[in-house]
Amino acid sequence: MSDKGLTPELMLDMYYHMALARAVDDRMWILNRQGRAPVVYTSNGHEAAQVGSAFALNRGEDWICPYYRDLALVLAYGMTPREIMLHLLGRAEDPNSGGRQMPAHWGHMKLHILTGGSVVATQDIHATGLALASKVLKDGRVSVAYFGEGSTSQGEFHEALNFAAVHKLPVIFFNENNGYAISVPARKQMAIQDVASRAVGYGMPGVIVDGNDPIKVYEVVKEAADRARRGDGPTLIEAKTYRFVPHSSDDDDRAYRSREEVAEAKKRDPLTVFAAYLKEAGILTEDKLAEMQQKIKDAVNDATDYAEKAALPDPSTLADHVYGS
Amino acid sequence: MAVLSYLEAIRETLRQELRRDSRIIIYGEDVGVRGGVFRVTEGLQKEFGEERVIDSPLAEAAIIGTAIGAAVNGLRPVPEIQFADFIFPAINQIIQEAARIRYRSNGTFSVPLVIRAPFGGGVHGALYHSQSVEAFFAHVPGLKVVVPGTPYDAKGLLAAAIQDEDPVLYFEHKAAYRSLKGEVPDERYIIPIGQADLKRQGQDVSIITYGLMVSYALKAAEELEKEGISVEVLDLRTVRPLDVDAILETAKKTGKVLVLHEDNLTGGLGGEISALISEHALFYLDAPIMRLAGPDVPAMPYSPPLEHAFMVTPEKIRDKARELAKY
Repeated sequence: MSDKGLTPELMLDMYYHMALARAVDDRMWILNRQGRAPVVYTSNGHEAAQVGSAFALNRGEDWICPYYRDLALVLAYGMTPREIMLHLLGRAEDPNSGGRQMPAHWGHMKLHILTGGSVVATQDIHATGLALASKVLKDGRVSVAYFGEGSTSQGEFHEALNFAAVHKLPVIFFNENNGYAISVPARKQMAIQDVASRAVGYGMPGVIVDGNDPIKVYEVVKEAADRARRGDGPTLIEAKTYRFVPHSSDDDDRAYRSREEVAEAKKRDPLTVFAAYLKEAGILTEDKLAEMQQKIKDAVNDATDYAEKAALPDPSTLADHVYGS
Repeated sequence: MAVLSYLEAIRETLRQELRRDSRIIIYGEDVGVRGGVFRVTEGLQKEFGEERVIDSPLAEAAIIGTAIGAAVNGLRPVPEIQFADFIFPAINQIIQEAARIRYRSNGTFSVPLVIRAPFGGGVHGALYHSQSVEAFFAHVPGLKVVVPGTPYDAKGLLAAAIQDEDPVLYFEHKAAYRSLKGEVPDERYIIPIGQADLKRQGQDVSIITYGLMVSYALKAAEELEKEGISVEVLDLRTVRPLDVDAILETAKKTGKVLVLHEDNLTGGLGGEISALISEHALFYLDAPIMRLAGPDVPAMPYSPPLEHAFMVTPEKIRDKARELAKY
């Protein structure tokens, strides 16, 4: 067991959010294949990395700056399945954007989930800036940027780390390295093995963690958050993981990776591995699992129904919110 | 009332604002210890400390990107881009992030941010220290773009920009920094963004312009007065949003409009202003709308004869306005 505040209840809650994310994800793909959702971006395979990291933060108070892969993260951070589905279907009530952004462009002011655009690595700098304000205002918040390994080729990734390290800002750079930027393998993004080894060049710790193990992820993020709150500056964390499905509903991953490779990776599906661990530890029983699965099924059905019935945005609101005054 | 240079007016406004609101921070390249390469922020770090007047790493996208984050998390950042020419590495952060955050979040997030940048030529700055970049940003809904032309306006517009809830680009003409002087009240005052100012009344020709060109237009108007040509000068002060009413009013009054800017001719503000007048005041016109602007070459060359040939000068303005008056 962990000595960093992970009680059995918290671990069960972690598992619940991982399974919930997978179920919401699966439902989104079904909606897409039925022609009811134009496009889907997945967190399938990344659940342990995302949920483990969310649980290590002061959820709703610390800032997270997600990217399109982070469905499980935002669910664990407090976004509801209804809100996810409202966003997917571009409904007026969508708290992320009121139907303005394409799916998986998360943003939720009340939950401190920063709104994001589509150009990768822009959010890394925003996280640094949020942390700059936290340092000046002494609000005790930590900010976390989430990003794929492909985006570490962007200049803004480097600028963000450098700025944060120079000013010792309370920020964590959390890389979800699944080995592919859509189709391009990591070896064509960088001439090094690990994203984490970039950290030394900026003067911050670089940590590699098994992204399929939510407890290990929780521990390293907790440590990085503590370090940030102490005023000791940023940390770069690289969670090694894998995406089990194509990049998006418009992608076909058979074009760039073998079925054998995917099947091999799936042997370490974080959901299966974590469930086995919890069962072995006597934390998750068959009854509890069945109860959880029912709850998840109900939540996903409810969210789908709710969002499909929800109103679309009124065209007369097209020009709202260009300026505040 | 003190007589201040354009630069001093900006510095004193920054000082006054920093004293007024502890959420305001200033940062950029060399703005701290050195007080900026033009000394606009001189003395501010000494008074307000290193946490509020910050020497940042030399990376424009990071300067603007962090300012966006800081603004979301409760500060009122006023970052400086050392030269407007250097703003391009940050253009994605400005156009696709700062300008869109309110819109894309359905009004739940906002970015109160002022980006100060010295612009303009005639100071031997060559291609990369002379540019006028306002038209790029004036094209973008979600941004406000302010270009003061006098020390008085510089103060009131900067205070307005800082209290605005949206991202504002505040362009300061380098040649105006020390050459323009004027009376500036000590107390805080606001000049609303989007409000033009009639700097000179006239009957024969309207010159519509902004920034350093306002003072040049006024010089030209004085000379033309001796020739019996009465020139009106409208200072836009803000190029997004434009003060459409003021533009149409002066066009209707004189029926002859010269739009003037240092920025390139093609795609510059002159085209937009001309279109507005054509759409809404065509039958008040007694002559075609004329434009005088920087030539369509990539940027301002260094060597003096080339630089002079590029610059819009009071003489060129006088000649063009005379041509229009006689049309």
